[in-house]
Amino acid sequence: MKRRDFLKSVSGLAAGAMVPAPAIWSPAKADARSETLLIVSEGGPNNLDIHGVGTNVPGYEVSWNCYDRLITHEMKSGPGGVPYYNRDKFKGELADDMNVGDMSVTFKLKKSAKFHDGTQVTAKDVKWSLDRAVSVGGFPTFQMSAGSLTKPEQFVIVDDSTVRVDFATRDRLTIPDLAVIVPCVVNSELVKKNASEKDPWGLEYTKQQTAGSGAYKVTKWTAGTEVIMERNDAWVGGPMPKIKRVIWRMVPQAGNRRALLERGDADISYELPFKDFQEMKANGKLDVVSLPFSNGIQYIGMNVTRPPFDNLKVRQAVAYAIPYQKIIDAVLFGLANPMFGAAKDKPTEVAWPQPHKYYTDIEKAKALMAEAGYPNGLETTISFDLNFAGVNEPLCVLVQESLAQIGIKATINKVPGANWRTELTKKEMPLFTNVFSGWLDYPEYFFYWCYHGNNSIFNTMSYKSPEMDKFIDGARKAAAFGDKAAYDADVKSFVDLAFTDIPRIPLYQPFVNVAMQKNVSGYQYWFHRRLDYRAMTKG
Amino acid sequence: MLTMIGKRLMFAIPSLIGVVIVTFLLTRALPGDPAAYFAGPAATKEAIEQIRKKLGFDRPLIEQFFRYANDLAHGDFGTSLTTGQPVATELRNRLPASAELTLLGLFVSVMIAIPLGVLAATRPGSWIDHLCRVTTTAGVSLPVFFTGLVLVYVFYFRLGWSPAPLGRLDVFYSAPPTVTGFYLIDTLIARDFEAFRSALSQLIFPATTLAIFSLAPIARMTRASMLAVLASDFMRTARASGLSPGTVIVTYAFRNAMLPVVTTLSMVFSFLLGANVLVEKVFAWPGIGSYAVEALISSDFAPVQGFVLTMAVMYVLLNLVIDILYGVIDPRVRLEG
Repeated sequence: MKRRDFLKSVSGLAAGAMVPAPAIWSPAKADARSETLLIVSEGGPNNLDIHGVGTNVPGYEVSWNCYDRLITHEMKSGPGGVPYYNRDKFKGELADDMNVGDMSVTFKLKKSAKFHDGTQVTAKDVKWSLDRAVSVGGFPTFQMSAGSLTKPEQFVIVDDSTVRVDFATRDRLTIPDLAVIVPCVVNSELVKKNASEKDPWGLEYTKQQTAGSGAYKVTKWTAGTEVIMERNDAWVGGPMPKIKRVIWRMVPQAGNRRALLERGDADISYELPFKDFQEMKANGKLDVVSLPFSNGIQYIGMNVTRPPFDNLKVRQAVAYAIPYQKIIDAVLFGLANPMFGAAKDKPTEVAWPQPHKYYTDIEKAKALMAEAGYPNGLETTISFDLNFAGVNEPLCVLVQESLAQIGIKATINKVPGANWRTELTKKEMPLFTNVFSGWLDYPEYFFYWCYHGNNSIFNTMSYKSPEMDKFIDGARKAAAFGDKAAYDADVKSFVDLAFTDIPRIPLYQPFVNVAMQKNVSGYQYWFHRRLDYRAMTKG
Repeated sequence: MLTMIGKRLMFAIPSLIGVVIVTFLLTRALPGDPAAYFAGPAATKEAIEQIRKKLGFDRPLIEQFFRYANDLAHGDFGTSLTTGQPVATELRNRLPASAELTLLGLFVSVMIAIPLGVLAATRPGSWIDHLCRVTTTAGVSLPVFFTGLVLVYVFYFRLGWSPAPLGRLDVFYSAPPTVTGFYLIDTLIARDFEAFRSALSQLIFPATTLAIFSLAPIARMTRASMLAVLASDFMRTARASGLSPGTVIVTYAFRNAMLPVVTTLSMVFSFLLGANVLVEKVFAWPGIGSYAVEALISSDFAPVQGFVLTMAVMYVLLNLVIDILYGVIDPRVRLEG
């Protein structure tokens, strides 16, 4: 990004922030309602700090809205005109200015930025927070390393309001990784005061309360019941949000969440069954937004290290036996992007996800089974995660039915949610369905985690191919040095190889569905797929 | 009396120790690896190991147990991983919600079931007897979550009479200052009548759901035990002595029929605490049942252990109260017996 564009966007924001929001103080409930957003969802946060041990996905939503990062993404118009984060354009949130050098990037902080308790946001806080993210271990440290941010030495205080981040290697993902949820800036003095020897990063303190500079702060949190957030009227990270108060209630029953929406009591909800979304879309009383997961795919994976799926012909047979369209129609009610049946002569694109060329053809699958040496079929199990049984169970039943036609007798193995990750790590399941989606929307990022021979947990098939590794590493390197021709060639090659070797069969790109009242607007799609209250308005 | 209570409590200690050991072992035997679960969707093997270490799950089982027992002795129930809060605090905050709901449900149920049972017993074969039979059969054969969902669908979604099933209070009311933890009582103490109305209207349907479910055993037991008493000799004597039918039924028959009813009540109460789990789910009620189930699903040990232990303590106390009640109702029942 050019420095001038950056400044322009930032000064625009600053001007926006200076216009004071109209202060409406009224004790009447009706008024309180119009400035309050009532969200209902199935689960709530278990920790208000994304750096905490085992913070769950709802916790990310709190972090996103209550903490600021140095930079964030610009918006663009996405599918159906819904604002969608722009992968390639950044703007300042706490930073006023970003200066990208060859092996480092320097940020100047906004002088007016203050934490919720009124103290100034300084370079010291930024360094402490980034150090914390790469040191606490677990998910935050892992996410930072995805952008080659691994050591505290990489974060340097230049002066009180200037921070420099040194690159460990040239990596295209370093800057985008500074705009994800994890590298949030925490009030270091406040947290240090509440830290202990056993807990030097003060994780126990930030678990219960927010200590950031973000647009909202948590005023009440009853775990498993509700989260109440109030607007921070001194926020300078962007235009002043319209919603003063956010009440987020946990309603375990999907049917009740739908009833609350349809009766007009709740403003917004997600995590409903696809059938409900489709019906709500059809009856038109509510606004339903459906957008594809960026860089996400639901797939059927096959363990390639052991028979029968070590045999390419068997994998191809399965790929021709899957009832793709039926899954989209009957399981997802059309709310998904098909990732199959591309035209024979369609050239491979430099993009991901993109559809493969397999389609349902039972005769061809039968022939492939015979060629593979299994004319009489075989027996196996197909596993899925019970936490997402709403989609996974019917999907597996359809696959099971279809596989039976080519002689594969698959027993369905339902794995409880708590156990799923353990099963994945073991890498013993022969056949399974799962979703992967990456926060960073780059093909090589997806392939690095899912197909690379370093065999990460997401390479659920244990797929190893020196050729594949060569293409993936090549693409990462080419991206870092801006070699577009080499990059394009490598991306096309690894996509092609993934489809010919077919260790996993992409089924579709899932949709994130959000239903809201007609008077609620300003929904934005973010890579993390949670709500951003800052842009929302009501009435 | 006091020594008897002390003795009873002493006898409860071995069973509580047993409960502690069994729940500890059972939760460890659950499938699933909490470390892997809480490492999040993007964890590497090393990240999972790190978390396992942090949570102390890398130690031998016996060491984990002694640490757990030691914590318990200090009143520390551990910390829930799913909600991130200390289990003791959570249970303390959530128990009143469950208790208020269960007690009100039981109260409504008793108010309907006992008169119904008595009337059915005094007029066997009449329309009221049939009504009793039909309501109890229907009540017991409808699963609680189903009754709950039907009530929500009809009275909230269709008719709009009841408030949104969003827990204990309307979202725009704030909770009264905690005195008893029972909103119905606390709102009155705080003289916040609007909040009282809101709390009551939120309670009606979940309590009704529980009441419908628990009608059957109470009404049937009342009827059966009344029938047995009404057929006995002293009843004939009472009637023959010219006592009014009211006195005969209430003072002589009902009091004597109460013992089995009280026993049933205690069973129904513990039963309801279990049935609560589903009702709490349907009405987004912040009670201990839904808390325990969520913890169980994510193999979160501490809350499950805390929940089972709390329930065990409550059963012990409940049994004690029932035993004392026996003595009050029928002095012939020796407390030591």
